[in-house]
Amino acid sequence: MDGLSFDLNEIPLRAVNNFLHKEAPGQGVKKVTIANPDGAHNIAVGLDFPVDIEVVGHAGYYAGGMNKVANITVTGSAGTGVAENMMSGRVHVKGFASNGAGASMHGGLLVIDGDAGLRCGISLKGGDIVVGGSVGSFSAFMAQAGRMVICGDAGDALGDSLYEAVLYVKGKIKSLGADAQIEPMSDADLATVKQLLAAAGMKHDPKDFRRVASARSLYHWNADANQEY
Amino acid sequence: MSEQPISRAVSKEESFGYDRKTIDYIRNAAAHGLYEIRGMGAKRQLPSFDDLVFLGASLSRYALEGYREKCSTKTILGTRYAKKPIELDIPITIAGMSFGSLSANVKEALGRAATEVGTSTTTGDGGMTPEERQSSKTLVYQCLPSRYGFNPDDVRRADAIEVVIGQGAKPGGGGMLLGQKVSARVAGMRTLPEGIDQRSACRHPDWTGPDDLAIKIQELREMTDWEKPIYVKVGATRVFNDVKLAVHSGADVVVVDGMQGGTAATQTCFIEHIGIPTLAAVRQAVHALEDLDMKGKVQLIVSGGIRTGPDVAKALAMGADAVAIGQGVLIALGCNHHSYFQDGEHRIATTDYAALGTSPGFCHHCHTGKCPVGITTQDAMLEQRLTPEVGARHLRNYLKTLNMELTTIARACGKQNVHHLEREDLVALTIEAAAMAHVPLAGTSWIPGASGGL
Repeated sequence: MDGLSFDLNEIPLRAVNNFLHKEAPGQGVKKVTIANPDGAHNIAVGLDFPVDIEVVGHAGYYAGGMNKVANITVTGSAGTGVAENMMSGRVHVKGFASNGAGASMHGGLLVIDGDAGLRCGISLKGGDIVVGGSVGSFSAFMAQAGRMVICGDAGDALGDSLYEAVLYVKGKIKSLGADAQIEPMSDADLATVKQLLAAAGMKHDPKDFRRVASARSLYHWNADANQEY
Repeated sequence: MSEQPISRAVSKEESFGYDRKTIDYIRNAAAHGLYEIRGMGAKRQLPSFDDLVFLGASLSRYALEGYREKCSTKTILGTRYAKKPIELDIPITIAGMSFGSLSANVKEALGRAATEVGTSTTTGDGGMTPEERQSSKTLVYQCLPSRYGFNPDDVRRADAIEVVIGQGAKPGGGGMLLGQKVSARVAGMRTLPEGIDQRSACRHPDWTGPDDLAIKIQELREMTDWEKPIYVKVGATRVFNDVKLAVHSGADVVVVDGMQGGTAATQTCFIEHIGIPTLAAVRQAVHALEDLDMKGKVQLIVSGGIRTGPDVAKALAMGADAVAIGQGVLIALGCNHHSYFQDGEHRIATTDYAALGTSPGFCHHCHTGKCPVGITTQDAMLEQRLTPEVGARHLRNYLKTLNMELTTIARACGKQNVHHLEREDLVALTIEAAAMAHVPLAGTSWIPGASGGL
């Protein structure tokens, strides 16, 4: 059994998710197509085996949430929290992504061809996010580790309260958040951006990107920081 | 002739508004420019379960024999949607406390004791440790705003998931773990640089309001194929509305944590001034469930200052299905005790308390990581002061005592099942408690505010 197809007009999502958790891993399923998602929430959440999933259309909240290993593609747009808490594998949104894309991701690669909404990469704990378009305000808020490449613009308060995550931005940054600063691009940064763009299948010159990282001035309690926490 | 000095008595009239405590507070603020952070819960006097008493059986009610007749304490949580509800032997659970705030030894002790007496333990901000998973038969896995260490494998390993919106000690605030406790292991589990002053998020990263939460809960259900109960924990503030919204969001179990709930590190202004007492919170929570006709369908766990068997019995009589205990559990392990037991002997810890500027009975220095009895620490030497074996024994005894007291009270009220305790079994000793708990003032039929609603 190599390829399988589910039509969400005919089978409930719960049965599809259940199949992908319980039976599919033992049956050597390599590719699954999910048709007529029509914005359903929680498509292909909690996967834990190597498989290619194609969601043909738009997905609702948390598509590919908590993914491990699987390679999930949404041909349309994705709702809030796409690939939230992903551990490994890959989630690719060909359209736009809503708020909290890649929230609290620990690993893997999230590619968004279009724009992403507010709080993209919030609480990022690892892994990589590549956004072909722009990201909304408070993106990479409290991002702890991992990398983000933003080919368009960034909204307000980019990287507020950043820890060790590193952001690369090609377009305009409306404002930086507390403790985020622009730093020079090293050769290693250029190589990183090149590699991530290649992985995402996007063509840009790494030299056009700026590096944003933490100034690390809020790592310890400090009376002089006033309300900057 | 020299003049006699006029002898005058030294005035000792202390200002009520600017008493010594307030003067200390202002001096500290002036010296440091930062608010005070400390452990434990609210220290101020609050209306509490102590202000209620039971009406035991007499002529109008029939008592059960305290030592012979059965009194069931079995407790089932998560019957609304979960395929595998949690079954507990007693209605007393261990509240969520993080590895990081507590040592790994303590987490293991909690698991061992809970398993022995047939109840559940709960993880905390910082993920699930192998120690607590292995030692706990029933483990509730918290999904917190920070999502530190949160991962799908542990979701699948858990027996229930608790989505934490807030905690009683700091509703509206995120966790804190000061640098002293962010050891290499803790930092690794939380993906943070070692030794930083860690401040957790206060909002979840991937949802905002109750309609979003409904979808988030559904995600956790889909993840686990609708097997595991989903709890929602709120810090007690607008309890009536929050419980209703938690039910609307699809919770199987709602956990309501009152302002007496403990913490390992929170701003004092938060601990003492935000949130409402547990006594008031229980009534509002039960009222919300009754209003939705969800009493018995969605279970209620109450926490925040539950210390004794009578506290448990009163919470159940008020309408809770179970309680959760944090601070009391730590005290059973030895928190604030003058000595600890190591290498076969009791060793005095008073000099270690003194080094923190405190003494046994007054310590709230969990945030320093220098717990003199080895409980709230990540220090390699200090954590050896509490071994899992000794801790588990004390905690088992404590939980057994509470359960014996609970059943004793239930039998005295004529109940064969502790869940049959009811509000009608209670009266209040103060007008405040009567109004908050919605039970009559003792010796009267007066419930303040009853005619005007809550």
